[in-house]
Formats: sequence, C-alpha cells, structure tokens
Amino acid sequence: MVPVTHYLALGAILFALGIAGVLVKRNAIIVFMSIELMLNAANLTFLAFARQTGSPSGHAIAFFVIAVAAAEAAVGLAIVIAVYRSRGTVAVDEVDGLRDP
Amino acid sequence: MSDKAEMVLFWVFALPLIASAAGVLVARNPVHAAMSLVAAFFFLAGIYVLLTAHLIAFLQVIVYAGAIMVLFLFVIMLLSLSDAELGFDRMSALKVAGIAGALAVLAVVVMAIQATSGQGMAQVPEGYGTVRAVGRVLFTQYLLPFEATSVLLLVAIVGAVVVSKQRI
Repeated sequence: MVPVTHYLALGAILFALGIAGVLVKRNAIIVFMSIELMLNAANLTFLAFARQTGSPSGHAIAFFVIAVAAAEAAVGLAIVIAVYRSRGTVAVDEVDGLRDP
Repeated sequence: MSDKAEMVLFWVFALPLIASAAGVLVARNPVHAAMSLVAAFFFLAGIYVLLTAHLIAFLQVIVYAGAIMVLFLFVIMLLSLSDAELGFDRMSALKVAGIAGALAVLAVVVMAIQATSGQGMAQVPEGYGTVRAVGRVLFTQYLLPFEATSVLLLVAIVGAVVVSKQRI
C-alpha cells in the first residue's frame, strides 16, 4: 500500500510546478496550461484524501473541478483570442492597459 | 495487488508525471508544451487508477487529455504566433523570484503534509470509485451543485462566444 503522503507530496510538486509556470512564463497560453496543472494537483489531493478516508465525496468534488476547468479553459482561451485580436500579442506583461500611466 | 507492485507502479507513473509537467515549463514551442501536458494528464490518470478512482481516471483522459487539450491546440494554431512572440521568457530577476516563490509554496505544503497524522489507507468497499458509486453520491448528496454545474457550462459557452466573436 502506497502511503497517502506520497500522493500528497506528488500533488505539492505538481502545484509548485504550476505556480512556477504562472509566475515565470510570458505566453498567456502556457500560463493557462500551468493553471490546469495546479487544478490537477488539487484534484490529486482530493482523491488521495478520499482514498484515505474511504469516502466517495472527494470523487464528486474532483468531478466538479474537471467541469469547472473545462469552463475556465473555454472562457480563458476566448479572452486570449480577443486580446490577440486587439493587441496583436499574447505576452502577459505587454497587456497593461489598466496600469497607471 | 501486492504492496511492492503497487509501490513500483506508483513510481512508474509519478516520475514521468513530474518530468512531463516540468516539460511544460521548459518547452520553447507551445505545441511541445501542450503535448507534454497531454502526457502528464495520462500519467496522472494512471495515478488515479492506483487510488481506485476509476471514473475520475476515465474523465481525466476523455475531458482533460481529449477535449481541453484539443481546445488548447486549436487556439495555439489559430493564433499562428511568429517566432518572435514565442519562447522569450521574463527577464532573469523575475524568473528567479518566480521559482523562489514556487519553492516557498512547496516548502510550506510539504511541512503541512509532514504535520498530518495517519498514513494508512482505509479498506474501501467493492465498487469504490466506479460510475455507480460516484453517480449515487453525485445525484443524491451533490444534486444541487451538479445542476449548478450545467448552468456554469452554459454560461461558459455563451461567454466564450461573446468574448471571441468579433461582431455579434
């Protein structure tokens, strides 16, 4: 039996990789991929705790997380397309229209 | 399954999972990053099967590795970014700060994991994590969130069309 801490540590590593991607990468699409990585890390933690306690509720939450991730990807990528149409770039630090002049 | 075989399977899935998740960050080409992410989702599905979460493992492959990643690839190809817009990451000071922040979060989470008590897994009943077991919970205890999810998906469809369409 693999102890639950192994799964939790794996989730922590995935989450840290996702945070590093959000903070370091400039391409908005890669930033979205890193967010998906973080959502998956949260899912893995939910499922590990569900397996530890034997409760099926964690599976239902993971199901909802997947549905929300699908909605988030659709809307987020639509925003990326709209930004690219109006600004001609997807670099997240060049889209600064709300910044103080 | 014996304990040793399960441990071996865990590492067989975990090490490529970490490698392909890191590949998303180091890839210069967004298509390579997307392919690396697809591989990561497949390995994660294997981990889910080890956790006896069979339904979620199937959903992981169908929804994440299938639908969501195809959406990502479509957008990458739709934008047809030139080489000048690809690959250039932030300047190194911000990069160091970002990696340090990620390591700090990792340290905090690892400390929280070490503080948890009880490492043993519960004995799960026959049929745990199957469509029948998860569906029963989903349609009784979580019926209202389930229906709210359908409204959320509808809103996301309408929002995506409104945002990305040039003129309505």
